[in-house]
Amino acid sequence: MNENPALDLAKIRARLESAQGPLYWKSLEELAETKEFQAYVDDELADRTPNWLDADHRRNFLKLAAASLAFAGITACTKQPKEVIVPYVRQPEEFVPGIPLYFATAMQMGGVGTGLVVTSHLGRPTKIEGNPDHPGSMGASDYFHQASILTMYDPDRAQVVTKQGYIDSWIGFQAAVASRREAATINGAGLRILTETVTSPTLTAGINAILKDLPGSKWHQYEVGGRHGAYKGAMLAFGRPVNTIYDFSQADVVVSIDADFLACGPGNLRHARQFADKRRVQSNVTHTPQPKEDWQEGYQEGSIPARTNQSAQYMADNQGPVVLPAQVQAEGKPPSETVLNRLYVVEPSPSPTASMADHHFVLQASEIETWAWDLAAAIGAGGQSSGKYKEVAAIAKDLQAHKGTCLVVAGDYQTPAVHALAHAMNAALGNVGKTVTYTDSIEGNPTDQQDSLRQLVADMNAGKVETLVILGGNPVYSAPADLNFAGALKKVYWKAYLGLYADETARQCVWAVPEAHYLESWGDVRGFDGTVSFVQPLIAPLYGGKTALEVIATLSGQPDKSDHDLVQAYWQSQTKAGNFDIFWQQALHDGIVPNTALPAVNVTAKMPPASQPKSAQGLEIIFRPDPTIWDGSFANNGWLQELPKPQNKMTWDNAVWISPTTAQQKNLNIGDVVELKYQGRTVTGPIWIQPGHANNSATVHLGFGRTFAGHVGDEVGFNAYLLRSSSAPWNDYGLDLNKVSGKHEFATTQHTQTMEEGEPIRIATLDEYKKTPQWVDQKEDDKPLPEKLTLYPDYRYQGYKWGMTIDLNSCVGCGSCMMACQSENNIAVVGKIEVTRGRHMNWLRVDRYFKGNWDNPELYYQPVPCMQCENAPCELVCPVAATVHSGEGINQMVYNRCVGTRYCSNNCPYKVRRFNFFLYSDWGTPSLYGLRNPNVTVRSRGVMEKCTYCIQRINAVKIESEKENRRIKDGEITPACAQACPTQAIVFGDINDPKSRVAQLKAQARNYSLLEDLNVRPRTTYLGRLRNPNPEIGNA
Amino acid sequence: MAQLFHRSANSISKISLAGAVLAAGGLIAFAYTMDRGHYITDVAVVKEQPVPFSHKHHVGDDGIDCRYCHTSVETSSFAGIPATEICMSCHSQIWSNAEILEPVRASYRTGESLQWTRIHDLPDFVYFNHSIHINKGVGCATCHGRVDQMPLMYKENTLYMNWCINCHRNPEKYVRPRDQVFNMAYEAPSNQEELGRKLVQENHIQSLTDCYTCHR
Repeated sequence: MNENPALDLAKIRARLESAQGPLYWKSLEELAETKEFQAYVDDELADRTPNWLDADHRRNFLKLAAASLAFAGITACTKQPKEVIVPYVRQPEEFVPGIPLYFATAMQMGGVGTGLVVTSHLGRPTKIEGNPDHPGSMGASDYFHQASILTMYDPDRAQVVTKQGYIDSWIGFQAAVASRREAATINGAGLRILTETVTSPTLTAGINAILKDLPGSKWHQYEVGGRHGAYKGAMLAFGRPVNTIYDFSQADVVVSIDADFLACGPGNLRHARQFADKRRVQSNVTHTPQPKEDWQEGYQEGSIPARTNQSAQYMADNQGPVVLPAQVQAEGKPPSETVLNRLYVVEPSPSPTASMADHHFVLQASEIETWAWDLAAAIGAGGQSSGKYKEVAAIAKDLQAHKGTCLVVAGDYQTPAVHALAHAMNAALGNVGKTVTYTDSIEGNPTDQQDSLRQLVADMNAGKVETLVILGGNPVYSAPADLNFAGALKKVYWKAYLGLYADETARQCVWAVPEAHYLESWGDVRGFDGTVSFVQPLIAPLYGGKTALEVIATLSGQPDKSDHDLVQAYWQSQTKAGNFDIFWQQALHDGIVPNTALPAVNVTAKMPPASQPKSAQGLEIIFRPDPTIWDGSFANNGWLQELPKPQNKMTWDNAVWISPTTAQQKNLNIGDVVELKYQGRTVTGPIWIQPGHANNSATVHLGFGRTFAGHVGDEVGFNAYLLRSSSAPWNDYGLDLNKVSGKHEFATTQHTQTMEEGEPIRIATLDEYKKTPQWVDQKEDDKPLPEKLTLYPDYRYQGYKWGMTIDLNSCVGCGSCMMACQSENNIAVVGKIEVTRGRHMNWLRVDRYFKGNWDNPELYYQPVPCMQCENAPCELVCPVAATVHSGEGINQMVYNRCVGTRYCSNNCPYKVRRFNFFLYSDWGTPSLYGLRNPNVTVRSRGVMEKCTYCIQRINAVKIESEKENRRIKDGEITPACAQACPTQAIVFGDINDPKSRVAQLKAQARNYSLLEDLNVRPRTTYLGRLRNPNPEIGNA
Repeated sequence: MAQLFHRSANSISKISLAGAVLAAGGLIAFAYTMDRGHYITDVAVVKEQPVPFSHKHHVGDDGIDCRYCHTSVETSSFAGIPATEICMSCHSQIWSNAEILEPVRASYRTGESLQWTRIHDLPDFVYFNHSIHINKGVGCATCHGRVDQMPLMYKENTLYMNWCINCHRNPEKYVRPRDQVFNMAYEAPSNQEELGRKLVQENHIQSLTDCYTCHR
């Protein structure tokens, strides 16, 4: 929206409290029902009036108009340009142009590795998927994995070794290192190495060798998103840094204490899958009446589909008799036997995990420790109850009824005491060894990272550090502000930095070495359970980058060793395998090293000593890594910058999140600029009012306000690191918040693409579902659609009939699907200004709805791709037939025919079509050519585009099946969104095959379509959401 | 009042009117001819190549199978242009000193690829797959013409969409038995329609005219 309208919060509150309010709401603006807002939503695209008064704009417009005329003229008259074919001189084995290869590798975040499978087209990686064999991935991937490929091709990456900012060379660096080694040996001061969390066995061994080799050397670790609380909590409970592994597949009751375990942290993809498996409902009640588009037609066991777009007569002549439609019978258990797990969440700021909560409690971050004490006391794990929180009694009862099959999870940003309490509670509930197991730490050198950094800074200030080597991270930007890392760094004589970018830290160091991206490096990394995966390169370093392993080898006097040799040498010394080559090849192929998961250890949890909760004084400030750009390391990644944050659909910004009640008290509105004052440090940032946020509390996200991130990430948002202190990294009281002049404009996508659907999400409690399994159809004023609404005969989809279901009972709203779609389909980034105009290009969006009051609303997510309507309204209005229907029921969009009238988008009730108003695809940056999926057209300006059900994947499988003269098997085709989905909420397949998963799901009683009454007959349908609230708590 | 226009003005106006109609027609005819003509379509136009490679010699005279060089034609979307190594497997033995083959030897020596000019160049928004056409019984010569009679390579057909669609609508008119796909000299029998229908049945050949078959 151009101007954030002033919200009348009092009016909104009254509206929410009165029963007339809408059941589902997207935002406070929607509830305010202002005229400006309605106009904004009514118009498909906001701000369509060009700004004629702006001289720049007018000139640009004229230039563009002239250019498009000229180009249109030229393209019409030109010959095809000359193109060359460049064959190999010696074609490598297995390399077949046109057939991609797949390689297993692993990406680490916060030190924890996730196994991936990367698609490579003639030596250039193009797409990242999860590795089904890796325990931390199970075939899924999150948006950081998906987007990391863009970082690799990022033209802004550091491209050359520099010394004092001048171009130097790797050889020069190695020579300098050699002299530093000598100096360190002579004066005995040794080296200081600062890394992020390290789990790589090879790197750990390398660093340990240096520590031994050069006395006086020290290894410091600091990771912004580091799990300090978990580390210290384990020390508190067990006296040693153990690694906690959860098994949600056995957990019937889960309590999350500020843990976003479904979307973040080690093992999140596995957790999401296991959690969703406990919510999968398949009943034997068939949907009645089953919509016609879900009927199965023309299917005969083992038959190859008929010519799809022929008349019934032709098929009768050539392919046997026409098979008439038949209804698919749902298979499964009776609804009365449905079992669901139950999730309680207590947190200060809504996370994607909250959307799955059956009971959601909102507390200030600092209050949560008290809540945990109360729960522990109620369970009988020990400790004193404050008696403040009544709900814990019912939760404790529920937990005790599920001893050994429940789970208490503490969040990474909670205090050590909360972690220790969670350990104690799990022990008291008999969960240890069942739903929770402990192993040794997966880290190479588990340390208290805050202490480690503090010590380093103290030593630097004391002049004790002569040589400092920083491997990754970006401490000058991201170290806690009270430590003044940049100031201390000035006192270090010789400092070198290995990083992907010439960032803030690189500019403060003498030597800066470009780092090789993980897709360019050899290495190894441990997964959440200790499983080792080899990192294998997909491409030689684009910019001559080096790995941490190579820098460490140089530091230890072995400058010639390559990362490949180092990893191999280490594992050769570690494995007893008879034939190392076979071991190595097998481990590279599978993406995991067998039997490297750490064994469970036997530990007994102690109750932590009674802790004094922080006394509430003033507002609370909460720091969190940003949902999409994390700690700032992805700041220059356009895909992630433009990915709407799950909670508020904001792009290209961070904000000060406060609750509506607090906003009302402080008379603040969305977009108001405030000055945040905390511990004498100040930062200004814009306000965002987030329903479901804790009162008297403000959340700021880290990672923004970068100065040397690159073209994309510089000067986006404000830098919350400037407030953060090492003593309270995640939350603290004592925030002063004052309104200053100015108004900030956000680019959020929460109102664009609005459907006129009153009940987009259909929800029932488990009991209601058992009583009426077909509740999704029982809308009050619902009349069944007439049997026949058209004069024309129905089209018979006698061949394949593609369809999709999205199970809202599994979807956690994490957004992996959006990013997977972006990567697979070459979707362009448009930039903040264009997003404010509603012109973002994502083919798949995840809508977020609130239900209930604003203090603690229920939170729901709904992915919306193209519905592939059978009676597609878009097709009727295209004057040039650029969008037409295929014989398999896909609504096709033909770019080369499209002239850009946008009638189709105007007529689309789901608003899933996206238009290239300008040349959004970057056609000019050579390094980005390699990124693109060669099987999808890179769109130009002036054409419409939309979800194709990943037609390139469908066609690839169809061609292979046709070569073998057989029908495509269920599960052979997976669209990018479904492949990335951690919970397998998205299922795609052939509806004509009555045994296919999608046909079975569509036959389910929970199946419903959006905007059913328009009779557009969408092929993408949803499965209604079930909740499993505790009757003793009521609906909270 | 005297006449403003001379009598000849009548003739001039008639001629101009007729001329305008003719000019418009001529322009359309010109555009159409250009569009279908060799200049734009490149049909039958020989292009300069690093080596004047003769399919006539290699296929027609020597009888080398298409797949010896175009190795991935049965498995991949791309038929494959032979690596220099494949050329050298023969030419290290025969014609090993021919001056005309120096670029090939140079490529093998230096490791720098030969750069061939593309003859059959589809627009970037068209996704053609060789392997499925080969597997369903579309002969090489059906699209590429009698390559075995071409001393220098040229395009036999326009590769325009209406040309593609011709066969996609009525495959029975063009398909041949699978074992005849690589036979350059194959000629459609007089009962092609009948045979074609049989092949369509047997090999499960579909008439695919959905846009997404080729465009995506």
